[in-house]
Amino acid sequence: MPEHVDSVKTYTLVFAALIIATIVTTAVAFVDLGPFSVVVALVIAVCKMLLVALFFMHVRHSTRLTRLVVMGGLLWLFLLILLTLGDVVTRGWVGVPGR
Amino acid sequence: MASEAHAPAESLALREQFDTEAQQKDASTLGMWVFLITEVMFFGGLFLAYTIYRRAYSSVFAITSSSLNVYIGAANTVVLLCSSYTMVLAVRAAQLGRKNAIIVFLILTLILGGVFLGVKAYEWNEKFQEHHVPGAGFHFEGIQADQQGHAQLFFSLYFAMTGLHALHMVIGVGLLSFLIWQTRKGRYSAEYLTPVDLGGLYWHFVDIIWIFLYPLLYLIDRHLGK
Amino acid sequence: MITAAVHEREHYLNQSYGIKSWLLTKDHKRIALLYLATITLFFFLGGAFATLIRIELLTPQGNFVSSETYNKLFTMHGIAMIFFFLIPSIPATLGNFFLPMMIGARDLAFPKINLLSWYLLVIGGLFALFAMLAGGVDTGWTFYTPYSTTYSNGWVIATAIGIFIAGFSSILTGLNFIVTVHRMRAPGMTWSRMPLFVWSTYATSLIQVLGTPVLAVTIVLVFCERVFHIGIFDPALGGDPVLFQHMFWFYSHPAVYIMVLPAMGVISELVSVFSRKPVFGYHFVAYASMAIAVLGFLVWGHHLFVATQSVYAGLVFSFLSYFVAIPSAIKVFNWTATLYKGSISYATPMLYAFGFIGLFTIGGLTGLFVASLGFDVHVTDTYFVVAHFHYIMVGGTIMAYLGGLHYWWPKMTGRMYPEGWARLSALVIFLGFNLTFFPQFILGYLGMPRRYHVYPDEFQVLHVLSTAGASVLAVGYLMPMIYFVWSLRYGKIAGANPWGATGLEWRTASPPPLHNFDETPVVTHEAYDYSTVIGEEIEVG
Repeated sequence: MPEHVDSVKTYTLVFAALIIATIVTTAVAFVDLGPFSVVVALVIAVCKMLLVALFFMHVRHSTRLTRLVVMGGLLWLFLLILLTLGDVVTRGWVGVPGR
Repeated sequence: MASEAHAPAESLALREQFDTEAQQKDASTLGMWVFLITEVMFFGGLFLAYTIYRRAYSSVFAITSSSLNVYIGAANTVVLLCSSYTMVLAVRAAQLGRKNAIIVFLILTLILGGVFLGVKAYEWNEKFQEHHVPGAGFHFEGIQADQQGHAQLFFSLYFAMTGLHALHMVIGVGLLSFLIWQTRKGRYSAEYLTPVDLGGLYWHFVDIIWIFLYPLLYLIDRHLGK
Repeated sequence: MITAAVHEREHYLNQSYGIKSWLLTKDHKRIALLYLATITLFFFLGGAFATLIRIELLTPQGNFVSSETYNKLFTMHGIAMIFFFLIPSIPATLGNFFLPMMIGARDLAFPKINLLSWYLLVIGGLFALFAMLAGGVDTGWTFYTPYSTTYSNGWVIATAIGIFIAGFSSILTGLNFIVTVHRMRAPGMTWSRMPLFVWSTYATSLIQVLGTPVLAVTIVLVFCERVFHIGIFDPALGGDPVLFQHMFWFYSHPAVYIMVLPAMGVISELVSVFSRKPVFGYHFVAYASMAIAVLGFLVWGHHLFVATQSVYAGLVFSFLSYFVAIPSAIKVFNWTATLYKGSISYATPMLYAFGFIGLFTIGGLTGLFVASLGFDVHVTDTYFVVAHFHYIMVGGTIMAYLGGLHYWWPKMTGRMYPEGWARLSALVIFLGFNLTFFPQFILGYLGMPRRYHVYPDEFQVLHVLSTAGASVLAVGYLMPMIYFVWSLRYGKIAGANPWGATGLEWRTASPPPLHNFDETPVVTHEAYDYSTVIGEEIEVG
């Protein structure tokens, strides 16, 4: 027996937003934004993810623990990528051969 | 929380390690979320490899990305979003105890998932035809010889990431079939819909993975070589 | 008369008989024993490989086995010991048995998934065992590319599959423990009243669920590379072998904390009971476990110091590696402070605890040595590193595991082990261990490389000492095998609380009833409140 039953209208609005975001991200890809292309694409993707998570996966009605788990997982992925990039990006900075 | 109506014993299935249905539901939901986090890290390794190689070989990745059909990719994305929509409506129907609606929406979700997989199979087949499959027979037209390796890396990631995603979709289709079967047997009600709920979480998660795969694989610098 | 009473009372062991009642059990206590049997087998398999290694190293020439065989020996020693013994060890045996009991639960949150976890370990183990018997794998347990993906002729794929499957065993156990701790605590069992063993196991579980999936996907990529030649780690195609190392160590460094955190949890319990004092600084120890779990994920690059990782990344990882030592040190200080003015008993579990504190300190301090970039350049890939990690994993984890096994043996089996023999074997293990591994610090510092079976003559004396130590250590490990089994039939019958310990597991019979408690306990005391067990003295046999 559920605490919150969202309305069909809510879900439909979220769904529409997701479709629009898909169209936008596709269209924007054809515009030259230089290095910002990937930023825009990721921002839109993150927004879509948030819509699905908060509304379709009911995270907005969920416990603090659930939200902590979600954020923790995303943070961990972020750490994996960030620290590895930290190596890859700084290779060759010292000017010593092989470093 | 409102008082719990006494539902038929078969739909409650309170396991002996739990004291109350609420505890069981909370534990099951938490368990599914922790599992999804492990999936984030599992796919995450591939996203890491993608990040490293896209950064290293950005121009080649843009060219190879353009060889993917963006309209099919976008359409498939829409198909999957529709399936998430029908899935959440199935969960909602379960919350309201509407058995027939649950079945209809689950079947729609399953069909849409099947469409997605069919389109994916078509796309993969196209890649086979064009010799874009990594391995001995790989060859990508329009780039220099010393960039063939980098192009192959793109496609390795393409097949690994979409392949792993497709595998999860297949498992999802299996889960949906199970849920449809159980719903028809009358297992779920407004008091007990945990498996439908958890199935929904899994399905939406697989959708979220695709939400990232689509721009990362199909939309790399499309403005360059249309 | 007591014997008759034990046989009349129903408990988890006599409640049902037959192979199906074990292979299809959902009881966490039986599953713990299934794990105990499995990991013990793998321990002896790994030990057999170690024996062969040490025999080869008696002489400077490579005359006992060929180089390729030697590569297989140390690889399979590592794989068996790490993936099929140490990683499951304390969590899947002592954790499975006691975590639910310590929080007052009837079982874990997901008993069927618990059983599945065991099956996954067994199936994974069978794949690995097949690989070992069919010809072996020679890549080192670290599977570095491109050797593992392209050039090795060994059974890489079968081994990879085995480890992949076993990884899911670990993930599911971690998931189960996390949900159990969050949702199955008895009334009054707040987080601050949980035994520190539960805190440590919980922290371990976090590592298991966050780290192991990355290993799993890395194995998938190695598999794909080897089978389909996709080139993801192949330099010829622009791939980066060091990317493999990043992905591999992202798991494998936290993995060492999977191996040591539960051990630390055991030590917290032992030090408290055998000083009859609450652990000093309970919250510091609890949060230190969490800190180790988190910080342990931020240091993996210290395995890549000489692997062409950038110097800046090396600096960051070196700094963070020093940082992660702090919570471990906090624990050592707190255990020591617990001893101060305690009423100390030298029962076998306490001997192991003392051994742990000393040997873990040495292992941990030498970890700081290798965490230093400059020093590591000289000792990396030498026996210094080998000694460092064996001090922690063997001098640390295995000692804690044995200590825990002895401590909880009466609860699990209803029997006491023979105290005299147990103390003797603890001593033999301690002496054998140090004789085996201390010379290896010296060897490594002098330049003896790891994974080599041919070496300069001047290193022979130290190697002979090490092998002699290994022989003593082997005897030490065999002794508990014998007397534990002996105790099942002839050991003194144990009461509910032979040690006078606090903790809910001691509030129920030995062995416990099927559902752990006759009634769900209600917790009203803080952890390690010895006023609740006044009069229950430690029975030492």
